Amino acid sequence: MNWFKYSSPQSFFPLAGKLAFWFGAVALVVCAAGLYIGFFRAPTDAQQGEAYRIIFIHVPAAWMSMFLYLVMAFWAGLGLAFNTRLSGMMASAIAPTGALFTFLALWTGSLWGKPTWGTWWVWDARLTSELILLFLYFGFMALQAAIDDPRRADKAGAVLALVGVVNIPIIYFSVKWWNTLHQGASVSLTKAPTMAATMLTGMAVMAFGFWFYSIAAALMRARCIMLERERASEWVADYARRSA
Amino acid sequence: MNWGSWDNFLAMGGYAFYVWGSYLVTLGLVIAEIALLALRKRSALARLRLHGTATQGDR
Repeated sequence: MNWFKYSSPQSFFPLAGKLAFWFGAVALVVCAAGLYIGFFRAPTDAQQGEAYRIIFIHVPAAWMSMFLYLVMAFWAGLGLAFNTRLSGMMASAIAPTGALFTFLALWTGSLWGKPTWGTWWVWDARLTSELILLFLYFGFMALQAAIDDPRRADKAGAVLALVGVVNIPIIYFSVKWWNTLHQGASVSLTKAPTMAATMLTGMAVMAFGFWFYSIAAALMRARCIMLERERASEWVADYARRSA
Repeated sequence: MNWGSWDNFLAMGGYAFYVWGSYLVTLGLVIAEIALLALRKRSALARLRLHGTATQGDR
């Protein structure tokens, strides 16, 4: 199979449609399973009571917010290096979904912080760097929207996205490097997780669900961008006629 | 986890506002994103068709 075939919007468009549908369907099933585990299998937390159940969306949303930024920067960098059309489209397609998960991480974190910490917000390193991530996503989208020529918008956005990558390790290690109110990682690659197995399973399943959802949403948006940017081409006109 | 009753489940041990405030906003924004994407595709196609008929008329 020749993978480069799918680096042209024309051949990627129908594939993206099929993939978006299936990833969306899987996301729905996986999230339903994750919520079932989170609400009906996982026990009550000894210290936080039921308020801790927010982590089943908070932690996966926070993971996705960082991961999506890296994927976005990867596509942006690829587009900058090889001048491929589709790479820039993929970067633009990921940004709003990344911003959504960043906002959700902050929102759910705030709703968790109030009952457990006694405050909606503190300017500690973890929360502040995650807020900067939200502004990086907004900055990327605003910069692209401000430039009329899509190829130039891609290039300018790519530079911003790549510079912003430095913020990701800062977010991730902030709880180690500085004295933060936000707790350290309960799940890491180097040591055994410090939480009940069912809680961990619920969180992991929700993370996979959010992952599949992000892929579906990004592909749906990539399809819109292809239709908008390639509107002058014959295949887009063809598609518009056939889907009438 | 056995909640006993729907009321207990909805009460979330007194943390209903925080827990449901998190989950409902998440659900709402996800639905909004999908709806906006569907609208965006629809309007892109509508504009294409408008453009298409205009050029055909020119010919």
